[in-house]
Amino acid sequence: MDEAEVVKPKKNAVGGRLCCLCNQRRPALKRPKTLEQICRECFYTVFEEEIHRVIVDNQLFKPGERIAIGASGGKDSTVLAYVMSELNRRHNYGLDLFLLSVDEGITGYRDDSLETVKRNEIQYGLPLKVVSYKDLYGWTMDEIVKIIGLKNNCTFCGVFRRQALDRGAALLKVDKLVTGHNADDIAETVLLNILRGDIARLSRCTSITTGEEGPIPRCKPFKYTYEKEIVMYAYFKRLDYFSTECIYSPNAYRGFAREFIKDLERLRPRAILDIIKSGEDFRISTSTKMPEQGTCERCGYISSQKWCKACVLLDGLNRGLPKLGIGRSRGPNSDRQRDMKQSNGTRDIQSKQCGTLDF
Amino acid sequence: MQLTLEFGGGLELLCESVKIHNVNVDPAEDGGDKLTMKSLLAWVRTNLIKERPEMFMKGDSVRPGVLVLVNDCDWELSGQLDTTLEEKDVVVFISTLHGG
Repeated sequence: MDEAEVVKPKKNAVGGRLCCLCNQRRPALKRPKTLEQICRECFYTVFEEEIHRVIVDNQLFKPGERIAIGASGGKDSTVLAYVMSELNRRHNYGLDLFLLSVDEGITGYRDDSLETVKRNEIQYGLPLKVVSYKDLYGWTMDEIVKIIGLKNNCTFCGVFRRQALDRGAALLKVDKLVTGHNADDIAETVLLNILRGDIARLSRCTSITTGEEGPIPRCKPFKYTYEKEIVMYAYFKRLDYFSTECIYSPNAYRGFAREFIKDLERLRPRAILDIIKSGEDFRISTSTKMPEQGTCERCGYISSQKWCKACVLLDGLNRGLPKLGIGRSRGPNSDRQRDMKQSNGTRDIQSKQCGTLDF
Repeated sequence: MQLTLEFGGGLELLCESVKIHNVNVDPAEDGGDKLTMKSLLAWVRTNLIKERPEMFMKGDSVRPGVLVLVNDCDWELSGQLDTTLEEKDVVVFISTLHGG
């Protein structure tokens, strides 16, 4: 991995100013978090050490744990895999790291991004496990889209992916799963949960660790890391990542929230951290009905309903009624749907992020 | 003026999947031998972007979420649209908006 060659500095670049951390080298970027102008070397140090601090302060890991890194081949998970293996070595975390990928069966998208993950496996020396929708559920996303079209496909994909990651993590016998969700993603999810009135998710989406009650806890070491810095880091380090939009996912609503956040960031970069802070500080009033957690009667996965969402969707697919479980159609859970409208708090189907690993 | 333009993070898809473009841009439009990023962006939009220009630009600047580096230096340090370019400069555009 050769780092970017140093090209000739621009005369008018920063008016001869120097990096405000080392005071020696020419700055290469402006940090959105602090507005500091820093050089490439100092950027690597502060970027990595801030993530280290987040890991230590939040006690994300214990020595000897086995950790799966949810790896899509995209920028966030590629940088996460690189930084996690660096920090594990540098600070002796004593972790066994693995890459875990989900093959949704999307030709021309996931097959290509999986090639990136396979290269990462070699580049970072991390063992890779791939679990596929075809093996787990008997359907690829290509096959599902052929039946249901392009309307609700992201629902299937999101619900299936969450379980697939848990199943893959169980196969790897890991203690935790880390995902590459960054500060921008979390701010966006805070906004979306407010826009949807989804209080259950709003209170959870800013947690750095979730699912401690479930089979495998998940955590987000990039919770405070700006997307701009992740992309800059990947660029300067010449990390090998894949960047193509999923061919099936326009997800317009999330797209608007994303664009709004990016517009805010341009005016005031701190807005991203402030939105996360707002999400963290919201308190749920005691009169708000929260969903109860149970297990799916069919497959045993955690569910607040009789059947988990994946089983409802799968049952519909297999019975030739693919609309089952989408929106308000009748299914095995419909008797309980009347009194708990948004009851499936953690795994609500309308709020899935497409193209990335979900919350 | 000879420039090297590089598109990444998915933006290459807007210019026929070609990542690196060696181009010759006439700075005369700016009334002199200087070319600003503002006029380069207008030139790129007309000459290189073949589809969905709204993924690349918003108003007369890049769309928020698109990073710009001039000679491997964040353009936020050199005055963004007012950055002046010189012969053989390398300008990189990277979208942060694709995938995860």
